[in-house]
Amino acid sequence: MSMREITYRDALNEALHEEMARDPSVLVLGEEVALYEGAYKVTRGLLARFGERRVKDTPIAEEVIAGSAIGAAMGGLRPVAEMMTWNFAILAFDQIINHAAKIRYMFGGRVKLPLVIRGPQGGGKQLAAQHSQSVETWLAHCPGLKVVCPSSPADAKGLLVTAIRDDDPVMFLEHEILYNAKGNVPEGEIAVPFGQAAIVHQGSDVTIITYSLMTLKALKAAEELERDGIHAEVIDLRTLVPLDMEAVLASVRKTNRALVVQEGWPVCGMASEIAARIQEDAFDDLDAPVRRLTGKPVPMPYNRILEAQAVPQVPDIVAEVRRLAA
Amino acid sequence: MIPSASHPVPSGTAGSPSGPDGSPDSQVPLRVLSPDGGLEGEAPDLSPTEREALYRQMSRLRAFDNRMINLQRQGRIGFYGPATGQEATTVGSAFALEAGDWIFPALREAGALLVRGYPLRKMVAQLYGNRADDALGHQMPCHYTARELRFVSMSSCIANQLPQAVGAAWAARIRGDRTVVLGYIGDGGTSEGDFHAAMNFAGVFRTPCVILCQNNRWAISVPVEKQTAVREIARKAAAYGIPGLQVDGNDVLAVVAATRAAADRARCGGGPTFIEALTYRAGPHTTSDDPTRYRASEEAGRWPDPIPRYRAFLEASGAWDEERERGLQAELEGEIDAAIEEVEAEPAPDPASLIEGVFATPPALLRDQLEEVLRPRR
Ligand SMILES: Cc1ncc(C[n+]2csc(CCOP(=O)(O)OP(=O)(O)O)c2C)c(N)n1
Ligand SMILES: [Mg+2]
Repeated sequence: MSMREITYRDALNEALHEEMARDPSVLVLGEEVALYEGAYKVTRGLLARFGERRVKDTPIAEEVIAGSAIGAAMGGLRPVAEMMTWNFAILAFDQIINHAAKIRYMFGGRVKLPLVIRGPQGGGKQLAAQHSQSVETWLAHCPGLKVVCPSSPADAKGLLVTAIRDDDPVMFLEHEILYNAKGNVPEGEIAVPFGQAAIVHQGSDVTIITYSLMTLKALKAAEELERDGIHAEVIDLRTLVPLDMEAVLASVRKTNRALVVQEGWPVCGMASEIAARIQEDAFDDLDAPVRRLTGKPVPMPYNRILEAQAVPQVPDIVAEVRRLAA
Repeated sequence: MIPSASHPVPSGTAGSPSGPDGSPDSQVPLRVLSPDGGLEGEAPDLSPTEREALYRQMSRLRAFDNRMINLQRQGRIGFYGPATGQEATTVGSAFALEAGDWIFPALREAGALLVRGYPLRKMVAQLYGNRADDALGHQMPCHYTARELRFVSMSSCIANQLPQAVGAAWAARIRGDRTVVLGYIGDGGTSEGDFHAAMNFAGVFRTPCVILCQNNRWAISVPVEKQTAVREIARKAAAYGIPGLQVDGNDVLAVVAATRAAADRARCGGGPTFIEALTYRAGPHTTSDDPTRYRASEEAGRWPDPIPRYRAFLEASGAWDEERERGLQAELEGEIDAAIEEVEAEPAPDPASLIEGVFATPPALLRDQLEEVLRPRR
């Protein structure tokens, strides 16, 4: 398949264009998505191509964006709701947690909810406490929601296509820092299946399990470690629900050491979950306790230096791996 | 300057609040000054010094905004959101309060903080987020906080300050003190559920507060007509049993009069009031925005500037002239220059401030994390 290099933003945009062209029941709604083409320009060109009926600027009310998308999904459409950031989606958590996650179950499985809620999250842009949070743990914690965290343009496109075609509510978490990141994306239609992690760097000494922006940092760390003769395997989970523990366990059985890296807060995070499952299922294969490297348990500070201290950086990953491999 | 066509401000005066039952008639926004600054309504009772102070603060805010936008363009601060065009609304409304009243701002209420007497240097420090910043570099630019002045940090998420504002007002009622709370909201913010829930709470419990909507016609790229199907946001108040009125938000005397009347009423147990101030966001949403993408430059080019309008009024009574204007501009430039110079000389925040203020006393987990941050990397 022929490849070209495009940004994460454009990859998401292509997925929206292609799915809207393929399926007339797909529509896009959110704040500033139509005329302004999205706060991060992910919805560029959609209004011009598909018109106001299918590309809707809504009043500012996240609860209603999520709720109306749920209603529209029950009503036979495939809405893709953009949240300007997942921080604002917190205002819609009643609709997401109490409703989107449970409607199929509460109807005894007789209702489907083909719905995507997507938007950026994470820190690194000096947007501070109420604008830099990572919410994947809160969502993954709740049964009934699929949770997707792409790290590359190809995955951004392929996973968004799968999300739109999925019959369950999918929480699609983009990383604010990644929109301009470039990568190879195959021409034409691609759909990346949920629940399949990717080994993005092969190694035999330590397994680094991560997702989203931290994948890029882990890759840099792995390259640096390579120079010291430490071979780290980097696993990008890609989707947190469903979670590909098979891939994680297979790698850990090979390396016997595991480090889980996440940007968000440590307490009850994805890293805690994965660490617990590794020790339950591969305890005998471990040569050292599973380590977690996470963001600091503080609201995200604004100042550039403080912000950099608050989340894992490449040297932190390198140091953790060295400690583990020692 | 002319008011924009879609905000016709009829001549005549008396903005009559629609009663709790909601009068069906269109309102006449309260106005004291004509668009060219002639006195046409009843001016609020203000001393000559107070009248001048209103002008000085509006000019100060304008000068501050202009300079901070320049600093942002030069990369010296990261982000800025100006209040250009809205000076009369923020300055006038904050001016009408008493010193002990609380202010819960929306997005563009730096002027209220200036009126409260917060040093401009501290505002610059907040924008830099360095060691001079009272908030320890924790908050995004323009999220000023001044506990001692009862000025709450704006929220990065919109509208959620209003439930807190009505709660603070409720506390004042329970404690039986004279405090009034002024909560601001943008026109776009009125679409959020929190706005409606807060208005309802205020109406049911008759909390001593004023909720002031700065209707600047835009919410980023969305014009107010696409935000709400009602022409006058003030009429929403009727649904909550709260008096609601429109005021010409580019007429600082009208804003003082309306806010003062509402605050006085609240202070005397008369309950909440909703004020819709009709104004205009003359600048970009923030420095991250380019409004030429979505609004006609012709519309933006003829925004009704509240500052020359009020200056014309002062000049007509001999209270202002060109010489005083030159003096004021020089003074403001000096004040802002000095503030920037002082703040730029400050170092980055102490790394330990990373964990300061999460809890009153940091639990062990946080102390461990701090040690890790402060430990040199191997
Ligand atoms: C809960 C939430 N949703 C969306 C946003 C993004 N946002 C920031 S300001 C804004 C528009 C606000 O418009 P308005 O209330 O009219 O205030 P103005 O900017 O005109 O002062 C939006 C949508 C936000 N900050 N918080
Ligand atoms: Mg507005």
